[in-house]
Amino acid sequence: MSGVWAWIECKDGKGASVSWEALGVAKTIAGGVGGPVTAVVFGNGAGTVAQEAIQRGADKAIACEDPTLANYRLEPYADLLGSLAKERGPAAIVAGQTTDGVDVMAAVAVDLEAGLISDVTALAMDGAVVKATVPVYSGKLLATVMVPEGTQMIAVRSRAFPAPAVDASRSGEVEMVGAARAAGDIATTVKSFVSADSGVSLTDASIIVSGGRGVGGPEGFEPIRDLADALNAAVGASRAVVDAGWIAYEHQVGQTGKVVSPDLYIACGISGAVQHQAGMRTSKVIVAINKDADAPIFKLAHYGVVGDLFQIVPALAKVARERLK
Amino acid sequence: MRIVVCTKETPDTAAKIEIGPDGAATWGDAPLVINPWDEYAVEEALLLKDRGATATTAIGMGTDTTKEALKHALAMGIDEAVLIKDMALKGADTLVTSHALAQAIKKLDDTRLVIFGKMTTDGATGQTSVQVGRRLGWPTLTQVSKIVDIDFAAGRITVERMVDGGQQTVESTLPAVLSVVKDINEPRYPSFMGIRKASRAEIPEWGAAHIALNAGVAAKARWPELRMPPVREGEVVLIEGDSPEAIANTLLDKLLGEKVI
Repeated sequence: MSGVWAWIECKDGKGASVSWEALGVAKTIAGGVGGPVTAVVFGNGAGTVAQEAIQRGADKAIACEDPTLANYRLEPYADLLGSLAKERGPAAIVAGQTTDGVDVMAAVAVDLEAGLISDVTALAMDGAVVKATVPVYSGKLLATVMVPEGTQMIAVRSRAFPAPAVDASRSGEVEMVGAARAAGDIATTVKSFVSADSGVSLTDASIIVSGGRGVGGPEGFEPIRDLADALNAAVGASRAVVDAGWIAYEHQVGQTGKVVSPDLYIACGISGAVQHQAGMRTSKVIVAINKDADAPIFKLAHYGVVGDLFQIVPALAKVARERLK
Repeated sequence: MRIVVCTKETPDTAAKIEIGPDGAATWGDAPLVINPWDEYAVEEALLLKDRGATATTAIGMGTDTTKEALKHALAMGIDEAVLIKDMALKGADTLVTSHALAQAIKKLDDTRLVIFGKMTTDGATGQTSVQVGRRLGWPTLTQVSKIVDIDFAAGRITVERMVDGGQQTVESTLPAVLSVVKDINEPRYPSFMGIRKASRAEIPEWGAAHIALNAGVAAKARWPELRMPPVREGEVVLIEGDSPEAIANTLLDKLLGEKVI
């Protein structure tokens, strides 16, 4: 077994940002296991995305634009990645920790009887073996996880690793392949896809503005949304306000919501229960705005404002609009 | 028309988790509870009884403490529970766990749907549902937020999935494996009668031989070390000022200095 594969998620003819981060990790792993880095891309526009992968550092690429792979479905995607991996035997496969990424990797892990380490936030090479850091018990502990034998499968958390930049002078071979499962043998049919209208995606966002019980009600999210708009940020929320129906579940950050790791996390009116901290504690800079100076969030925050969020948040939005033009 | 729910126990989410002298995770006196995500899986199985399901079974793999999760499922109204328990399963990773669960599911008759919570709050791999589906050769639909339609007779199910960037509506054949998210329902509290029934229930234990566990399926992931996350250094810098604008300006200076804006 040699070489490392990066599975690049392709939506609307574009590679997912976490997939480029996975490609960077694949290069790191190749430094330990040896052999080339191969990008593997399925879906509409996979050939173009494969070219970008080469410009971002892959030595070569395998792409499939079969119509059965146009919309993501687990079985045809896993069948193709699994059969290619069985045939060619990469030493490691890396993907982004997204819903589709983990599903495909988990299914392929069964096909290969290979160990899959998901939600990796840091890694080092021990010879040819990846020593991965994985948050467990909702980030209350960190585990070192290794797969000492067989194919090493790794899913990396969004924004935990840098994405390699495009170098337009790089070129390499893109091999086009066909699907592994015939259209008639696929048990699932995608009926429709509705894009979330919630603006910037939480897991990709470099800035998140979150609201908690302190916003007081559904209308209390207006200043939160306005600040998010001023900073080109995503809107997050605590479990309490999602349970209260003030904002949709897709905004929930925490143990039973999304785990995020932005450069800047602004917690407004959030007390900072351990379950919430589990979802945001790895943020680079945390700002807490809260009336209660004893709120646990201030123990985690780098910067704090003890005060009324309905005064501070609009002021911050105004000042940001003026100064960040 | 059987619905199977797979579940396990996890420490209460409010528990303080530390590392014990043996290097394993400890949680003091905090109780072990059903994995919070699994309550949604149990509730959905119960709701499917009004949509044509005739039997519900909860399966857990682990030790006697796993019975806490199974008894909670019974108390909520699941018909029967099974514990997969064998020394051979010590150190199981998701490859071994998925194999054991799939083998146990094969022992049950007429299973049309297997439901998981979307992940556990301890290991949180989120891999097991897909791997059980893969081992059974059944289609797997993760992150399900709604069962739009289920027709047991025709062997078809349509669900909404909450995926990155939006919502996907997918149709699949049955039998199938689902993992469900919080939006799907509001789990009921166990009734007094349910709790009494669960406390008296005899939960059968199935060993490796009973489920024909293949010793060739070995764990591949190793966890040589657990550690505490690094403690954040330094104290919070409190921003003060004469007016909200002054505070906002000072805060923005700090954030620009940190290069996060």
